[in-house]
Amino acid sequence: MSPLLVAFGIGVAFGAVLERAGLGDARKLTAQFRLTDLTVFKVMFTAIVTAMLGLVWLERLGVVDTARLAISPTWLLPQAVGGLVFGVGFVAGGYCPGTSCVAAAAGRLDALATLGGIALGTLLFGAALPLLEPLYRATPLGTVTLPEVFGFARGTVVLAVVVAALAAFAAAGRIERRAERR
Amino acid sequence: MLLLAFVLAGRGLGVSGAVAYAVAYAVGMRGAAGDDGGSAAGTGTWLLVEVAGLLVGGALSAAAAGRWRGAVERGAATGARARLLTALGGGVLMGVGARLARGCTSGQALTGGAQLSAGGWTFMLALFAGAYLVAFLGPRRLRRQLA
Repeated sequence: MSPLLVAFGIGVAFGAVLERAGLGDARKLTAQFRLTDLTVFKVMFTAIVTAMLGLVWLERLGVVDTARLAISPTWLLPQAVGGLVFGVGFVAGGYCPGTSCVAAAAGRLDALATLGGIALGTLLFGAALPLLEPLYRATPLGTVTLPEVFGFARGTVVLAVVVAALAAFAAAGRIERRAERR
Repeated sequence: MLLLAFVLAGRGLGVSGAVAYAVAYAVGMRGAAGDDGGSAAGTGTWLLVEVAGLLVGGALSAAAAGRWRGAVERGAATGARARLLTALGGGVLMGVGARLARGCTSGQALTGGAQLSAGGWTFMLALFAGAYLVAFLGPRRLRRQLA
């Protein structure tokens, strides 16, 4: 199958899944951060845990060779700072890049504005790169995973993430019920 | 869904990268996209086609469910222009943040998260920290813009 056909198919499925999950809705997306509706958190962690466990088992069955899957390298400081700035933008914009595409495709003009803003921000970053370069290139750690950082076996970390996710899902349910009563 | 991308395409998902490539291409500025050519989310053309699919999938799903509606999402006390400006401003911050971090929610948090990448988890935790900070301590009008 042509790689671009796969890319398109994966995009369509990703878009439809996000829309069906209600993640094309700015209210639902920001309710996550006001702690009234934790759908975003639940969808995100379900996806992460499913893909993580899927990769572990498919590798064990010999279907996938995870050594051939590219892992983005870690740049600790710029990723921490970028995440902070991004989080502030997420609450202001009401969408993240993927969900703003979905919402804009569903007719929401504010999502279109967010998309335009992302393009503008990218441009700004490019223009300011000489200034940002020291931060952008700080703390390169290469391709490094959590098991390597903490010195545990991968299975241990996978188990820890699953247990943490289950505990967090239970806590999320409790927070949502409390928000409903208010 | 994310697992499917790993299995079928040998890579994860990415959205902000596609915007970056489109912008970099449009203005002929290589620096805009940064240097994440070797990221887990894949290369320029692949990302652009994936995001084209994302738009089609989102539109089809919304239309099929009767959720397609041309409107500006905003709270009762927020004007359309104010909401559009905040939405734009949020986008600018995310554009800068995503390039600095070399990825967004899909490329770093989801893809990197599932691969247990240290950078992916760093980005995700920082994202939630920044978002909760503003959602609880930010200006009241910003917090209430969708309520």
